[in-house]
Amino acid sequence: MIADLLNWFGDSAHWQGADGIPTRLLQHLGYTLLALAIALVIAVPLGLYVGHTGRGGVLLVGAGNTIRALPTLGLVTFLFLIFTESETATIIGLVVLAVPPILAGTYAGLQATDKGVVDAAEGVGMTGWQRLWKVEVPISLPLVLGGIRNAVLQLVATAAVAAYVGLGGLGRFLLDGLAVLDYTQVVAGAILTTLLAIVLDLILAAVQRALVPKGVRLAAAAASGKTVIVGGAA
Amino acid sequence: MGGFFSELGAYLSSANSRSEILGDLLEHIYLALLPLVLGILLAIAAGWLGQRWQVARSVLLVVSNLLYTIPSLALFVVIPGIIGSKILDSVNVIVALTIYTTALLVRPVLDALDAVPPHVIAAATAVGYRPAARFFGIELPLSVPVLAAGVRVAAVSNISLVSVGALIGTGGLGVLFTDGFQREYFSPIVVGIVLTMLLALVVDLLLVYLRKLLTPWERATTSKTAVKVAAA
Repeated sequence: MIADLLNWFGDSAHWQGADGIPTRLLQHLGYTLLALAIALVIAVPLGLYVGHTGRGGVLLVGAGNTIRALPTLGLVTFLFLIFTESETATIIGLVVLAVPPILAGTYAGLQATDKGVVDAAEGVGMTGWQRLWKVEVPISLPLVLGGIRNAVLQLVATAAVAAYVGLGGLGRFLLDGLAVLDYTQVVAGAILTTLLAIVLDLILAAVQRALVPKGVRLAAAAASGKTVIVGGAA
Repeated sequence: MGGFFSELGAYLSSANSRSEILGDLLEHIYLALLPLVLGILLAIAAGWLGQRWQVARSVLLVVSNLLYTIPSLALFVVIPGIIGSKILDSVNVIVALTIYTTALLVRPVLDALDAVPPHVIAAATAVGYRPAARFFGIELPLSVPVLAAGVRVAAVSNISLVSVGALIGTGGLGVLFTDGFQREYFSPIVVGIVLTMLLALVVDLLLVYLRKLLTPWERATTSKTAVKVAAA
């Protein structure tokens, strides 16, 4: 098995052309990033609005839970029958699946912001907008990023499933391999899809750590009783 | 729209498709809930280990994070190569979903066990509980509230993921999606989506009920707080 895989990855024919690894990888990344961008435009403002004003929170959490139960294969096949074109159908499906985790993360981030801090911001005379941008958003960024990480995992997985309705990307290796019972290609596809998911998740995890505001980091360190070196490399 | 409803009516009035749907639903329930039970048991075992050895805890957390990152279709197709099963065997889906459930629950189990107050453990030890009895009689029951939240997420995610198994030839409601796609027929797809979501809802409600049954002390404390609040 391992030798077959090494041969498969070593075969230069698998690295070029319309069904080569680079093309499939870029396609997969493209679907993921496009759907992520659209989902961010929809989910972040909505999450900020609901989290900041506190209006519609219950409705939002309920809707998010309902969509989590939505079977991805059902959604993708349903949309394909409507749009009869695999890219349009899949991108719409991917956006539908990516919005709830981002929305939940944004909302949870604002909800988790210490009410005393928000009060203090109001006390020093900040307007609603200033409070949102200068206090609530920076403090809740790590949780927002947590939601984005969940969404990206969901996107990479679903884009692979969407190969069933004819989408390009790494899912092609999996399903085309299954169709001709070429198990080496199936496993190679599985490895590539998994690597893409892991690499994207690691990048976002690093961004998430970097985005924790210095004040929040200092407060957390102080609470856990650790010595804090102010101005040092954090 | 009218066309769709007459198509749906015709589809549902056929006894053949009804018995097919029922069979798919039952298999779906089996394929989603067996891994849930197995995953809960494995996660509890992992939690027990992680509480005793710091090394085990770090390894478990890293491994479960990593496993949870693997896309569903990729995990489904790799299992046969690892455990030697046939590629179209439904055991692949059961093993894959057991892995996801365990990976999802390891952290909540550890968090829940950590949250058991030390004085409770000390009291249990003082009245003569041995470590194993204390774990099952005291620590585990007290972790139910935190654990239950994780189990609900895992249940819903399993129910939704079983459908992907249809791509590697296993049963469940996912068959309705591939069937509808191949015949360019909306009804099976819509019925499959609706039944999957209803199943998720019913299982979620059952889990909420089960959590209540398993945490009788919570009811007692909430009603006391309610009385205090009302009195104040």
